[in-house]
Amino acid sequence: MFLRLLYESFRRQKRRKLLAGVAIMLGVGVATAMIAVATDIGDKISRELRTYGANLIVTPQEDTLDVEIGGVNLKPPSDGAYLNEADLPRIKGMFWRNNIVGFAPMLPVSVNLGDGKNMTLLGTYFSHHVVFGQQDFVTGVRSTHPWWKVQGAWPDDNSRDVLLGAHLAAKLDRTPGQEIEIAGEPRRIAGILSTGGPEDDQIVAPLALAQQILGKPGAVRRIYVSAVTKPEDAFARRDPKSLSPEMYDRWYCSPYAQSIAFQLQEAIPHSHAEQIRQVAQNEGTVLSRIQGLMLLITLAALLASALAVSASMATAVIERRGEVGLMKALGAGNLAVAVLFFAEAALLALLAGAAGFAGGALLAREIGRSIFASQITVQPVLLPVILTIAVLVTFIGSAAAIRRAVKFDPVYALRGDV
Amino acid sequence: MNAPDNSPVARRRTSAPHTSMFLRMLVRAAVLRRGRAAAALLAMVVAAAVATAMLNLYVDVQAKLRHEFRKYGANVVVVARDGQSLPANALATVEAALGSGGGIAVPFAYAVARTSDGRSVVVAGTDFAQVQKLDSTWWSVTGWPKSAHEALVGARAAGVVGGAGNAFDLSFQGRAIRLNPVGTLRTGAAEDSRIYVSLADFTAWTQVPYSTVEISAAGSPQEISAIIQRLGQALPAAEVRAVRQVTEGQANVLGKMRATLLVAAILIILTAAVCVLSTLTGWVSDRRRDFALMKALGASGRMLQSFFAAEAAALGAIGSTVGFMIGVGAAIWIGRANFHAPVSPRLSVLPLVLLGGIVIALIAAIVPISLLRRVQPATILRGE
Repeated sequence: MFLRLLYESFRRQKRRKLLAGVAIMLGVGVATAMIAVATDIGDKISRELRTYGANLIVTPQEDTLDVEIGGVNLKPPSDGAYLNEADLPRIKGMFWRNNIVGFAPMLPVSVNLGDGKNMTLLGTYFSHHVVFGQQDFVTGVRSTHPWWKVQGAWPDDNSRDVLLGAHLAAKLDRTPGQEIEIAGEPRRIAGILSTGGPEDDQIVAPLALAQQILGKPGAVRRIYVSAVTKPEDAFARRDPKSLSPEMYDRWYCSPYAQSIAFQLQEAIPHSHAEQIRQVAQNEGTVLSRIQGLMLLITLAALLASALAVSASMATAVIERRGEVGLMKALGAGNLAVAVLFFAEAALLALLAGAAGFAGGALLAREIGRSIFASQITVQPVLLPVILTIAVLVTFIGSAAAIRRAVKFDPVYALRGDV
Repeated sequence: MNAPDNSPVARRRTSAPHTSMFLRMLVRAAVLRRGRAAAALLAMVVAAAVATAMLNLYVDVQAKLRHEFRKYGANVVVVARDGQSLPANALATVEAALGSGGGIAVPFAYAVARTSDGRSVVVAGTDFAQVQKLDSTWWSVTGWPKSAHEALVGARAAGVVGGAGNAFDLSFQGRAIRLNPVGTLRTGAAEDSRIYVSLADFTAWTQVPYSTVEISAAGSPQEISAIIQRLGQALPAAEVRAVRQVTEGQANVLGKMRATLLVAAILIILTAAVCVLSTLTGWVSDRRRDFALMKALGASGRMLQSFFAAEAAALGAIGSTVGFMIGVGAAIWIGRANFHAPVSPRLSVLPLVLLGGIVIALIAAIVPISLLRRVQPATILRGE
């Protein structure tokens, strides 16, 4: 009998049930989408912030002081220690290798353009193929320094072509395709580089060319590493040597800038890795602000969803006073009536909630694709959580209305005088 | 009906102005069904509050995040061209071009000095008070110099000249200076290899004027390029350029955040609207007996519709206004809690919320009424 009542109620009140169902669906959908976006936005914005370039720098351990003003190195080129290029692929063997967006080695050397003036030539990777074990990946300044713009073409890493800084090119009056004599040999200018930084006055060339000019094959002066990191907190600043073994594991396995720097030092022999504070610190603040904002927005979405669901449920229950009166006149107790309504609400919440979850997942994917041009996946773990919330909210929303409906005097309810 | 009417009710009826019947019906309807009216009003208030807070945030988030991004330091740099130096009044010119509150400008002068054991080190002169404002978050400093002949030593330079407490000597073109390090500086970049002294000490010692002015300009990308243009005209001898690393990342993140917030705002406002719609629809169809009674007493269809419409509009207006105030409060709280900065209430949002509230309330009222219009009053009054 109970099941039949339940079934008939859905069959006869199609329009009403559909309306309440749509409200629940919309509410659950919006909540799902917002939760998915909020949990993923840290990662997404973190990748966007990688536009700021590398947040970690690796230098030789016994490095001497840089004597550099405005990007011009005033130190004799033979000075200083070097890292070994052959160690670079090991970066992709680290624990947090998947958080490494890219890295670029740098080797500044002093060159003579034939007019007696010394220029800085910067050797680096543009988009170089690196192989480590099974992995094959492409890295270089094009991923670590995305604000570098080239007019013309990027040189090939295996070629001997160069990029000319925009100011230098204007001063020397060169255009892409022409040749320039560097250290006694003519080189083709593949493109003109504009960065808004000191590189505008420099020549940028493939790393091998800089090494050849310097006469030190395999030498690298410093490595810029761009990694997706977690905002720094008090735990991140702890000295790893002072931590207990469990704490150390937790520290080591968190993608803080500090722990990634620590692992870089382990991966590359005789190196010193440090966060570039201008990038790393500010990234942390911006990220935590945005995450806080998304948390509040998700709460607002949940609040609005809960209200929409409870409002439509309340309306649906109040409309069925007559029915309640009849049931009571036929001898149903308060409990039986309440159970029937709650069962209906639960069924509705489960059905519409599942549909809303699917809709919300689609919505989140669409948001990810159109705004961040990458995937936002909704964790399946979220489904039971969302359904529980949907059922709870529906119960709370209909509780007041059901209590009123149960209290109706059957006589008045049947007469319609309430 | 010929007897002299002196009962209080009758007297009130005759003396009451005729037009007030409409108003009285409106008020009594709300008062008699307090519970339902309050529920509808509450739904309206909450929806309007959420909508206001979201719109406020949407308008304000740009400014708030831009403020965060300014902590990345200088986004515009003025440097002397090759072989030239900046004019003596360059800093004043830059500050004039920025206008009041338009940003921070910090002068930097550089020279290569020698330590007592003959090693080269870059010494920079600057205005410490301004640097603290410009690079507050990422210059990790153990102590700022306060008086003359005190220096801030970069973490790597400290390895050459010794840390805090050990006074050291530097010489530049035969002129010597004795500096007392009061703190170390750590940034992870070129600053680590430098020694910073106050600009006054620096010029007295080296006679080298400042060659760079770093500027953190406030405003949108368009405003910043306008500032760059103004600076270029004011200082023809210098080169003015945007720090693309800083400006481009900012534009990227701001655009994405704004889009995300817009989608979130639309979704949330839509959900709130559904909530209002279903509550109001319930309220109006709940009153179908009033409707039938009025019709049976001779009210025209148009009169009935305008009555319900007026009721809905009043509800929408009151609810949105109260909701607006609560929403502004919520936006201010969010500004404090998340951005640690006050959010100024946007009054421009009020008409939008008010209009939205009234329109939704009207839609919620009109739909059930037009359904009911087709039904005979007798059927409703009989309770079917």
